[in-house]
Amino acid sequence: MAKVVMRGNEATALGAKLCRPQVIPAYPITPSTMFPERISEYVANGELDTEFVLVESEHSAMSAAIGAAATGVRVVTATASQGLELMHEMLFIASGMRLPIIMAVGNRALSAPINIWCDHQDTISARDCGWIQLYAERNQEALDLMIMAFKIGEDKRVLLPALVGLDAFVLTHTMEVVDSPTQEEVDKFLPPYKPDHVYLDPKRPITIGSFGTPEYYTEFRYAQELAMSKEAPKVIAEVFKEWERTFGRKYQMVTGFECKDADIIFVTMGSMTGTARETVKKLRAAGKKVGLCKITVLRPFPAKELKEVLGGAKVVAVVDRSLSVGYGGPVFAEVAGIFVNDAKKPIIQDFIVGLGGRDILVKDFETIVSKCETTMKTGKPEKVIDWINVNYEPAGVK
Amino acid sequence: MQDQNCKVVSPKELFVSGHRGCAGCGEMNAVRQVLLAAGENTIVANATGCLEVASTAYPQTSWNIPWVHAAFENAAAVASGVDAALKALGKREGVNLFAFAGDGGTFDIGFQALSGMLDRRQKVIYVVFDNEAYMNTGIQRCSSTPYGASTTTSPAGKKSIGSTGSKKPIANIVAAHDIPYVATATIAYHVDLKKKVQKACKIGGPCFIHVFAPCPTGWRHASDDTIEMSRLAVETGVFVLWELEGGYDPSKINVTYKPKERKPVIEYLKGQRRFAHLMDKPEELKKIQDEVDAKCKMFGF
Repeated sequence: MAKVVMRGNEATALGAKLCRPQVIPAYPITPSTMFPERISEYVANGELDTEFVLVESEHSAMSAAIGAAATGVRVVTATASQGLELMHEMLFIASGMRLPIIMAVGNRALSAPINIWCDHQDTISARDCGWIQLYAERNQEALDLMIMAFKIGEDKRVLLPALVGLDAFVLTHTMEVVDSPTQEEVDKFLPPYKPDHVYLDPKRPITIGSFGTPEYYTEFRYAQELAMSKEAPKVIAEVFKEWERTFGRKYQMVTGFECKDADIIFVTMGSMTGTARETVKKLRAAGKKVGLCKITVLRPFPAKELKEVLGGAKVVAVVDRSLSVGYGGPVFAEVAGIFVNDAKKPIIQDFIVGLGGRDILVKDFETIVSKCETTMKTGKPEKVIDWINVNYEPAGVK
Repeated sequence: MQDQNCKVVSPKELFVSGHRGCAGCGEMNAVRQVLLAAGENTIVANATGCLEVASTAYPQTSWNIPWVHAAFENAAAVASGVDAALKALGKREGVNLFAFAGDGGTFDIGFQALSGMLDRRQKVIYVVFDNEAYMNTGIQRCSSTPYGASTTTSPAGKKSIGSTGSKKPIANIVAAHDIPYVATATIAYHVDLKKKVQKACKIGGPCFIHVFAPCPTGWRHASDDTIEMSRLAVETGVFVLWELEGGYDPSKINVTYKPKERKPVIEYLKGQRRFAHLMDKPEELKKIQDEVDAKCKMFGF
């Protein structure tokens, strides 16, 4: 292991490189462009032996990734925002064909208005595509999760694609000291990818991506669901444990901080977690029983783990950095859903904050806490779905 | 009449019967010819369309070679990934890699992926099976549909002559990418077709073959007239058989079959009900004939 200062994009590119991907189709997009740039440098310098395919769109990036993975090789790519949306169709297909493609996504807002800064709308909008979704809080996590993603996705019990989300600019372009495993260590951790379920070879002609009639389609989907919801959690737990044993860094699907006796618990994803943690420390010092629950794995959805961490709270404050227009926060909807059949449950509130790169500050978390304290007093939230830090008056209202 | 020195390399059928293609389907016939010429050491990346739907209803398949399908607009991109992966595995030599797509998946929605693949000089032989409309969804007009054809989205009527565009010259546009081999072919001239496929296999790629494949269901002709329609398209000059080797030099276009005496276009149009509404419109028929004459002049006959 060696300590290196690097940006988030450099961490994902390095993580990818250490996994010896055989094909990398990529298309540049802010804030992930540095990924193909670094890869092209590795190739140009002879540091990485891979087929780097400079495709003409993100749709073709994922299509080429599918073609390559269906030929039986390890494939990685990166994108963000509009690029992920352009791939959207192919995301379902990669998963449905059970191709463990790995992708770094610099979490960025979606147009319109066009905006290059951080929120989670892109990957949140891809929740239903059948990809394992891992979210990094820091560059160290981006690197570690990138390597672990291969081991999880390629496991024969799983065989699903996986993406690692890292916040636009806050992580992608920000320097951090990262502990980098050596090539030997990664080679030991991650065996070569040798699929036996699909690969194109004239010596063994098979038909991949066939037409599924109503007699068979449901079973394909059911098998995919079992791989994600039954097998992937087991494999993720194993891989996280092995990672901790090997590299000393602990990962959990959901990580609680100061939650045991907490009345109010934030639920966060990505880089906002660091700010939330500082807020918790500050408020704990002031005697307030506040805790934090970080989601690292959103798919498969960690319902059991979330319940363990959140079950004892009085108010759960889900902090959503994305929006399902006409509903509210998507993470809120999912967290609320885990308590649906329970008689005893915390009050769950949604706070939509930090869209399109607006900073999420300690004072925003303090505002959330003061709203939750009011809820504790009254027993009912004033607003179930609330927006923090919005400067807007509807037209005609003065 | 045809040069017979083309060997069918595969003693084994590589695209087998039992598929769900319509009776008299030109595309299924063409696919069989292409694969017989290419041989067993072949991989196909297929676009969504009639061919994919009709040949791969799970758990059955008509393909005796490795075959992959992902979506509609991206056969060229999927094939690009296969090309890269074969290289990475050290298994690229000796394998013919094809992208198969229909005209909708090539002229229209797949055009960008096709252009990208050609630009990257991927070792892919792209074959478009052109039946001149979106046939899989039920005969909708696309940019391959010829002038005057009645389709379900360009129906002939009191105020409509049918499709108003003129067919996009896809092979010429592809040729302008300066790739090593571009050809046109059709099923009635199957030796010519096979020779072109074998030439492409020898070159490796990127190569492009535009295969004209009549569709009895969409063109509304008798299902036993498919080969006849293919032949008439060539004999009238509606479809010209040519090839271009060694990059983009239009002066080097080689017409591989010239009809001795070109038949009038009406001979081709009258057998297809998609053109039936033109039969009492001499000015439209003349317009179509004039356009074909101009095109044939361009090709030197």
